[in-house]
Amino acid sequence: MATTTDFDTIAAISTPPGEGGISIIRISGEEALQVISKIYRGKDLSKVASHTINYGHIMDPETKEDIDEVMVSVMLAPKTYTCEDVIEINCHGGIVATNTILQLVLSYGARMAEPGEFTKRAFLNGRIDLSQSEAVMDIIDAKTNRSMKAAEGQLDGNLSRLIRTLRQQILDVLANVEVNIDYPEYDDAEVVTSNLLMKNAKDIKTKIIKLLETSKQGQVLRDGLATSIVGRPNVGKSSILNHLLHQDKAIVTDVPGTTRDVLEEYVNVRGVPLKLVDTAGIRKTEDKVEKIGVERSRKAIQSSDLVLLVLNSSEALSDEDKQLIKLTDNSKRIVILNKTDLPQKIDIDEVNQLIGKENIITTSAIKDDGTEPLEEMIAHLFFNEGIQSSQADVMVTNARHVSLLHKAKESLNNVISGLNDGMPVDLVQMDMRDCWESLGEITGDSYNGELLDQLFSQFCLGK
Amino acid sequence: MSEIVSEENIQYDAGDYDVIVVGAGHAGSEAALASARMGNKTMLITINVDMVAFMPCNPSLGGPAKGTVVREIDALGGEMGRNIDKTYIQMRMLNTGKGPAVRALRAQADKHAYHRAMKQTIEEQSNLTLRQGIVDSLIVEDGVCKGIVTYTGAKYTAKSVVICAGTAARGRIIIGELRYSSGPNNSQPALKLSKNLEDLGFDLKRFKTGTPPRVNGRTIDFSETEEQPGDPEVNHFSYETPDEDYIPVKDQLSCWLTYTNETTHQIIRDNLDRAPMFTGVIEGVGPRYCPSIEDKIVRFADKNRHQVFLEPEGRDTNEYYCDSLSTSLPEEVQQKMLHSVEGLHHAEMMRPGYAIEYDVVAPYQLKPTFETKLVKNLYTAGQTNGTSGYEEAAGQGLYAGINAALRAQGKDQFTLKRDEAYIGVLADDLVTKGTNEPYRLLTSRAEYRLLLRNDNADFRLTEKGHDLGLISDERYNKFLDKKKAVMDELARLDKIRIKPSDEVNKFVEEHGDKPLKDGILASIFLRRPYVTYQTLLQFIEPAPKPLGRRVIEQVEIRTKYAGYIKKAEQNVARMKKMEAKKIPEDIDYEAIDSLATEARQKLEKIRPQTVAQASRISGVNPSDVAILGVYIQQGHIAKINSEDK
Repeated sequence: MATTTDFDTIAAISTPPGEGGISIIRISGEEALQVISKIYRGKDLSKVASHTINYGHIMDPETKEDIDEVMVSVMLAPKTYTCEDVIEINCHGGIVATNTILQLVLSYGARMAEPGEFTKRAFLNGRIDLSQSEAVMDIIDAKTNRSMKAAEGQLDGNLSRLIRTLRQQILDVLANVEVNIDYPEYDDAEVVTSNLLMKNAKDIKTKIIKLLETSKQGQVLRDGLATSIVGRPNVGKSSILNHLLHQDKAIVTDVPGTTRDVLEEYVNVRGVPLKLVDTAGIRKTEDKVEKIGVERSRKAIQSSDLVLLVLNSSEALSDEDKQLIKLTDNSKRIVILNKTDLPQKIDIDEVNQLIGKENIITTSAIKDDGTEPLEEMIAHLFFNEGIQSSQADVMVTNARHVSLLHKAKESLNNVISGLNDGMPVDLVQMDMRDCWESLGEITGDSYNGELLDQLFSQFCLGK
Repeated sequence: MSEIVSEENIQYDAGDYDVIVVGAGHAGSEAALASARMGNKTMLITINVDMVAFMPCNPSLGGPAKGTVVREIDALGGEMGRNIDKTYIQMRMLNTGKGPAVRALRAQADKHAYHRAMKQTIEEQSNLTLRQGIVDSLIVEDGVCKGIVTYTGAKYTAKSVVICAGTAARGRIIIGELRYSSGPNNSQPALKLSKNLEDLGFDLKRFKTGTPPRVNGRTIDFSETEEQPGDPEVNHFSYETPDEDYIPVKDQLSCWLTYTNETTHQIIRDNLDRAPMFTGVIEGVGPRYCPSIEDKIVRFADKNRHQVFLEPEGRDTNEYYCDSLSTSLPEEVQQKMLHSVEGLHHAEMMRPGYAIEYDVVAPYQLKPTFETKLVKNLYTAGQTNGTSGYEEAAGQGLYAGINAALRAQGKDQFTLKRDEAYIGVLADDLVTKGTNEPYRLLTSRAEYRLLLRNDNADFRLTEKGHDLGLISDERYNKFLDKKKAVMDELARLDKIRIKPSDEVNKFVEEHGDKPLKDGILASIFLRRPYVTYQTLLQFIEPAPKPLGRRVIEQVEIRTKYAGYIKKAEQNVARMKKMEAKKIPEDIDYEAIDSLATEARQKLEKIRPQTVAQASRISGVNPSDVAILGVYIQQGHIAKINSEDK
């Protein structure tokens, strides 16, 4: 229920994303210790003294895999910022690890904190005085307007449609169960048996799992957004690559068996992890000018979520360029007109005609000025337009949504295990209802009245 | 109906009471009895004393949620449970195939016997006066209710007043084109009280309900219908009624099931132009869960038949109630419609069905105690608060009666919470969410319904009833014994270990389960679906003292569903935290700029007492609740600061 959001356990990353060597994930609330205990491997944190820092590992309890080496601060109420139990996980700070840990925290009992919520709690629990609280009011006030827009903006139309379909499916079952209970003599409603409920629970669970698989935070942030840089030889792909890879942002992974060729490189662009596909290929074709990149590009494009198509603006469009434009027509792409430091020869009108209204960036990768707009556009595409990943038509982009989907899935697991234990349908439906509520929190539709409306519109009741 | 020849009367002082209850239907009867039993000098005044606790609609009590309310009333020391146990003609437990939370006892009542028994109880109650009269107005001074004035000019003073006017409040009956002023079942309506309430500033709404025709059982062909007998298994509503009083099934009366058909529906469709429901004659809002037959045919056009239950109205009458045929169609259409139904081809209609419109005090004007916000010491209950159903009315009557009595004694008010009783859910829903249609309790309205079971109403409420003085010491002690027996046995089962003997494993394997390897606690073993308390006794020593069936029932339910019960209790605990955050009574919502406009209006209108209650108001979003929480805390801290200085 939406009414219980007060004083449950909340969590958030409390350091700016993707920056700095260390990231901190803060958890506050009564269940903070329980949450951390479930995902922490090390000494028993429930037994350590308050205000201590403890070395250990965060692991995924399902796979038993270690995610990161961490230091965990345990600070027990009341002498903490929020006056509640507070746990802070200091991890290595890569966006991938940090997000994975946040995901785990959210999956194992915490809720994503709203903006300003730690401060709000500090205030509500009497930690901050009146003058400071004015600021809190501003934060919450701003949130009211912003979060409504944000909630709508964040919610991909396809996602909300899918969630609503799922909720409707649950609602149909729930209404049916309720009719069976409240109108036991009414003969026109199908009796919801354990089998029927089981079938529905499993079906919905499958759909939720599928959804979770598409989650950016879950998958993309873990695996990176597959990105390829394509273009014919000598247009400046490698210099763009090098620019993206510059500074300490790059994480280079060696894939076993390929000692010399690095096939994938990760780069963090303004918080968006890109998995650069076939970087070795880029280097090779640049080395051997005579080799045609198209064949190799074709493969890379197919396995990418985002394509950076590089054109040389100091030369006219070649047939090869046109071929590549055609090849990337169905991909999410950014077209980069490179080498703007040289005299322009490319026919801009022709380019516009070929690629339509699209994301075109002009750069001179030799100088530094060009990559700023590119990075900006990548971040924009990712956060605002929701680049589609892995051929999914719907994708979950928001950590709060992901954690609610996990909650919904957990409720369905309870439905299934309850039915397996032979529990009656009207008890098991408690968990089905929780699932419905969690999904409703994603779309902002959680309201009890819906169930009764459904009851009376679907069934002709009257004894 | 009757023409008023003279409105003249001379007022006189007729007496002084602690509590006056207006209207002696199901709400008023409970209110008056509770008040008198709590030691108050009480008067129950009603339009017709021959209609005390009358059932103008279907002759039945209980069912899902409602049956639990009857048990709650009983556990609090109310009368409805005892009264139906004296006068039922059929008893059935519904939902026996489902979980314990939704099992529902339902009785068919002998409606005349029910009325007589209740009237007699009231007559015999010390401190209580039953009187016939129509209340025209309230005596209100400086916003405080001080008594009532009747149509004969009698002025009665009182410390508190409870209004349970039911459908008599400016009641209007509608049958086809015919419309006339009337209370239920052609009784006198109360025409002036509503006007008086409006003058006092109350916002009244117009609701509608309806009832089906009654037929003479002698003219029903029962062979064309399906018999629905009562239960052989013993069950009563009251915790006090001994099992041995149960009427054997052969002596109970059956109900009979038949169906409407295409012909019935065609008759109705052909006459929709004469149906007040659709011609705009009926202004009141009717209930969705109890629609008229014409409403069903229109809204569910693709259903080719509807169930019709024929219910006997008593032992000493031939009248049968045609359940599910509620209608306000013209009389001749009703007759035709009846004759098209199997079993009723030759049925003689004794009374036509009708719709009735009446006035309701929009319940946002009430405090959670059912005292009105506008007039102190004035309480309302039952249909006056916008509900429907005898049980809902009785529960509210008891609740309002208790509070009126406490007020008369200068004591703190009494409330029930959503996790304590269906009556608490009802009260909170009414004052917090309001209602746009006659409100009926459904189990799905109770988020903690697993805790609000019909088997544990005594555990939830007996102590409260005893504290209020409505439950005798003797009965309370009996309850404590039962409670102890349950707790002791639960504790015992938590200690006994069942060993994986051949005998046990044979039993387990017979039920398709894997044999035990290690010992298992009896309480854990009992959780298995195929294990009952009785089967458990094959493997363990019996309890030191033999246990009654109600004790065993508790042990089984509390063990088998422990996981879910615990979960529900955790949800309650979370809610309680918000419930503990009180909103100051003098809060100025206009001063909180950050609230959304809709939320501010709703909060201003309903004026919730706690943050939890505020959060249940539709239109008040979580962000508004957060702002409210901050604001209250601000006030709190500001206060502390000023105290420091």
